[in-house]
Amino acid sequence: MPRKRDVDEVEVEIDEDSDSDDGRSKRKPNRRQGAGRGGGGARGRGRGRGKKQDSDDEEEEAQRGRGRGANKRKPAKKKGGSDDDDESEDEAPKKKKGGAAKKKKGGKAQDSDDDDSDDDKQKKGKKGGKKGGKDEDNGKGKKGDAKGKDKGKDKDDDKKKKKKKGDSSDDDDSDDEEEEESMSEGEMARLMEEVEEKKKLIANIRTKPWRMQRRLVVLKEAQEFVDKFEGALGKGKGRKWYAYKVMMMKKWIKFQRDFENFRTACIPWERKIKEVESHFGSSVASYFIFLRWMYGMNLVLFGLTFGLVVIPEVLMGLPYGSIPRKTVPRAEQDTAQDYSVLMDFNGYCKYSVLFYGYYNDQRTVGLLKFRLPLSYLMVGIGSFGYSLMLVIRTMAKNADVGGGDGEEGEFTFAWKMFTSWDYLIGNSETADNKYASITTSFKESIVDEQENQKDENIHLRRFLRVLANFLITCSLGGSGYLIYFVVKRSQEFANRTDLSWYEKNELEIIMSLLGLVCPPLFETIAELEDYHPRIALKWQLGRIFALFLGNLYTFLFALFDEVNTKLEEEESIKNASIWALKEYYANYSRMFNDTDTTPPPMNPADVIRGPCWETAVGIEFVKLTVSDIQVSYLTILIMDFARAVIVRFLNYCWCWDLEAGFPSYGEFDISGNVLGLVFNQGMIWMGAFYAPGLVGINVLRLLSSMYYQCWAVMATNVPHERVFKASKSNNFYMGLLLLILFLSLLPVVYTIMSLPPSFDCGPFSGKNKMYDVVMETIDLDLPAFMGTLFSYAANPGLIIPAVLLMVLAIYYLNSTSEAYQNSNMELKKKMQMARDEEKNRRNNKDSTNQVLKDLEDLLPNRSLAPPAPPEPEKAADERPTKTKPGSAGKGVNLQKDVALASPNPNALGPVNRQPGPRGPGAGGGRGRGRGAPPR
Amino acid sequence: MGNKQTTFTEEQLEAYQVTGVTRQLAPHLVPLDYTNNPDIKVPATLIVTMPELKENPFRDRIVETFSEDGQGNMSFTDFVDMFSALCEAAPRELKTIYAFKIYDFNRDSFICKEDLKKTLNKLTKGELTPEEVTLVCDKAVEEADLDGDGKLSFADFENMISKAPDFLR
Repeated sequence: MPRKRDVDEVEVEIDEDSDSDDGRSKRKPNRRQGAGRGGGGARGRGRGRGKKQDSDDEEEEAQRGRGRGANKRKPAKKKGGSDDDDESEDEAPKKKKGGAAKKKKGGKAQDSDDDDSDDDKQKKGKKGGKKGGKDEDNGKGKKGDAKGKDKGKDKDDDKKKKKKKGDSSDDDDSDDEEEEESMSEGEMARLMEEVEEKKKLIANIRTKPWRMQRRLVVLKEAQEFVDKFEGALGKGKGRKWYAYKVMMMKKWIKFQRDFENFRTACIPWERKIKEVESHFGSSVASYFIFLRWMYGMNLVLFGLTFGLVVIPEVLMGLPYGSIPRKTVPRAEQDTAQDYSVLMDFNGYCKYSVLFYGYYNDQRTVGLLKFRLPLSYLMVGIGSFGYSLMLVIRTMAKNADVGGGDGEEGEFTFAWKMFTSWDYLIGNSETADNKYASITTSFKESIVDEQENQKDENIHLRRFLRVLANFLITCSLGGSGYLIYFVVKRSQEFANRTDLSWYEKNELEIIMSLLGLVCPPLFETIAELEDYHPRIALKWQLGRIFALFLGNLYTFLFALFDEVNTKLEEEESIKNASIWALKEYYANYSRMFNDTDTTPPPMNPADVIRGPCWETAVGIEFVKLTVSDIQVSYLTILIMDFARAVIVRFLNYCWCWDLEAGFPSYGEFDISGNVLGLVFNQGMIWMGAFYAPGLVGINVLRLLSSMYYQCWAVMATNVPHERVFKASKSNNFYMGLLLLILFLSLLPVVYTIMSLPPSFDCGPFSGKNKMYDVVMETIDLDLPAFMGTLFSYAANPGLIIPAVLLMVLAIYYLNSTSEAYQNSNMELKKKMQMARDEEKNRRNNKDSTNQVLKDLEDLLPNRSLAPPAPPEPEKAADERPTKTKPGSAGKGVNLQKDVALASPNPNALGPVNRQPGPRGPGAGGGRGRGRGAPPR
Repeated sequence: MGNKQTTFTEEQLEAYQVTGVTRQLAPHLVPLDYTNNPDIKVPATLIVTMPELKENPFRDRIVETFSEDGQGNMSFTDFVDMFSALCEAAPRELKTIYAFKIYDFNRDSFICKEDLKKTLNKLTKGELTPEEVTLVCDKAVEEADLDGDGKLSFADFENMISKAPDFLR
């Protein structure tokens, strides 16, 4: 019976009014005063009719009551009844006369507006507990809207009232005439109204801070009324449909909630991370959250690569050993299964599906005619596109969250104090963690606060910071030069053959030494700066990032050198292999003296092959990644675990306190770990095109390192000495990731666009450029006109305008966002001003008592009876506050009005209504919220 | 506390006589003929052992706040009240009001520093040093106190809490 319920709700509001009478009693005096004044405070609503006498007051009330739904019909409500009649009379002529729909609409709009604002005000002002008042407002507002919207409804109301009441007073006559008409229309409209109302009211009934008992009384009365009321209301088929709709709506909401719960339950490692967070603070947890995010992204990349490239090749492509590129060459076959060879990703590994070279250049594979080369290229580009989109979207989202609330700093402690407990916790272990994390977060804030407070000797600090930056720039430059020098030397060495082990590996050794020495050096220098740990972390990250970038690009240049030599080599080999093939055929035919029979194909292991630079590059990246995994895991094992074990157990027999003294336990190295992750991801992005298997390796790595590092951090590390909070959104990490993504995009795109693919390996073999695959597909598989279309699209005449358009769009969006930012600032300023004003006002007069009273009303033992006793007081209170709008002596509600809504429409009275015949008499603000359009 | 309580409020308003929860908690207190004698109280000690409340640092305060006698002994209506206010779907305003009452330990309609200290000690299980507690309380009052009387009135509290991003309970 949803509809019924709906009505119930409405009723509740209304009944509330009438029952408690508080709104009414409050309002009456106001109105009286207001009548002269022509409007003014939040509830000066009906006040406009100033010229009428006291009876008008009554009438207005009635009107209001009616507006509320004409349900004043409670037996107790005699007065209301007569009022209603009055009122309806008022409206009746209006209806007749002002038949123009437009006018009505205008009136309606206005009214509803007014109502809204009123409601707001009321809410603000009285939120606390002016129950009656608030309810009344809501109810009234809504009803008023409804009424304003269609007159028919009004009529209905009137009619119903009369029917039920029967005791209406003299004025009824005028009503009777119109009663008859527009019933059905009104009904329908009303039904629709109620649908709307219900939604609002469902939310609203819970807003009332009443005791349940009171709600129940109210509800019962409402139900009684509904029983009567229903007879008059919709009996058509609309009822069933409505019921069905409401039911479906409920089901849908329920489903949504369940789905939401399910989704939350699906977030992996939430518990683990929370556990870490509770012990180590949000900064360490932010690393793990980042790791989890990374894992999610890599899973998608993995799905793309394996689903569209690797698995089709394995299932539908030629098997191992069928063609040269899928066979280990004869010379390598003896050692192809040696452990050391496999660990270098040579031998069988090299000629496996893990690497670029294994893939065949057949245009289509299998029964499905899957275009593998095309798919290979598309997946390569698509994974870049996906990562780019994801990173940027995440950044934007984070920025949204971070920038949404500019007032963050304002209530740090208060918020922490009142909102940090998670009321959903029902597990004692979780609760312990929560206690720990709350304590941690308080400590973080205290550190922050102390950080803010100390500002001694700013000159020394500045000098030290400049000095530190100078030192770090020097060391960065030094390491850069060192790398450059070593690379030069290695180029010299390349021509010699008598090299020692050191000379062979000089570059790698120097680079890992730099990576080992520089970060601690930077950290030491950063001590000078004495930044807040959070800022210091960023600096540290930035510096190490610069260092690593140097390394990365040195590595890349070295790689490109290698690729270039291989490309040269390839030319000769190509000729050689063709020649060899010819020779083979020639030998064959000479041996058998038979040119007619085609010779058996050469054994694929014997064919002379090119160096296949793509596979070489892929192997480099895979090796790098694997060694990176090994190094980082070993570091954790030795630096953290072994250290922790030693410190823990040797402490019993040592001459100083190991735990508190020198070695101590390790701290979790956030910057190192984050950078490691970011650079690792860069490797993956760069290498994935040449070694599709790399993505799989990376997924495994991230998965294992989640468990491994969680364990390590919980078991062996201690929280940072100064626990600090990571910045709210980890956009800094994302920024690093984005930078790396661009940097790794460059070389890959360069190779795709400009280097010729190897002639005898990989999906693009035999083509001039890799992207020729796309051209080929367009030419062969798409209808001809598509080809011409593409050729048009590739025309510079089209591309240049497109680029121009994009630039313009960026410019436009940029300026729009700037404008928004400005208005945002403006609003913030306004809010601040409002707050100040409020503050001042409140200092002048302690008028919070209304709210307080309501609060008291809620205190135990007091609000047993639904009609709240303190209401008369309130009414009394209100009178003085109402009388002087804008003056300092006002209730909270009024203060807010004035402060927030700059021009208070109520206070201005007549101005906000259309002038009408009633104008002179109706003072102003009359019938606002009531929906009676001005005539 | 999700679905259960939500449906509670809605359905409860209609079918008031359902006393399942009370029965579960304290079967011996519920007479067979409930309708004739609606004045049963469940003692606070029982209420706070509910799974929803048993880990909550403010459980005693919550129970006290919602009970009519202020001692935490709840009648069924109180009980329903409590969960309708605590439930996910309860409106913010309502929550604000009750939150204020919960944090107002001494029931003087102001959250003063003493209240804050109690709150803080409950939140952190007393792991902060007294100086830290004082510092935090001072800062909190300083931040949220608009009228400068050294304690938080409801308006202060409401203003502050309405801007809090995670006041969802």
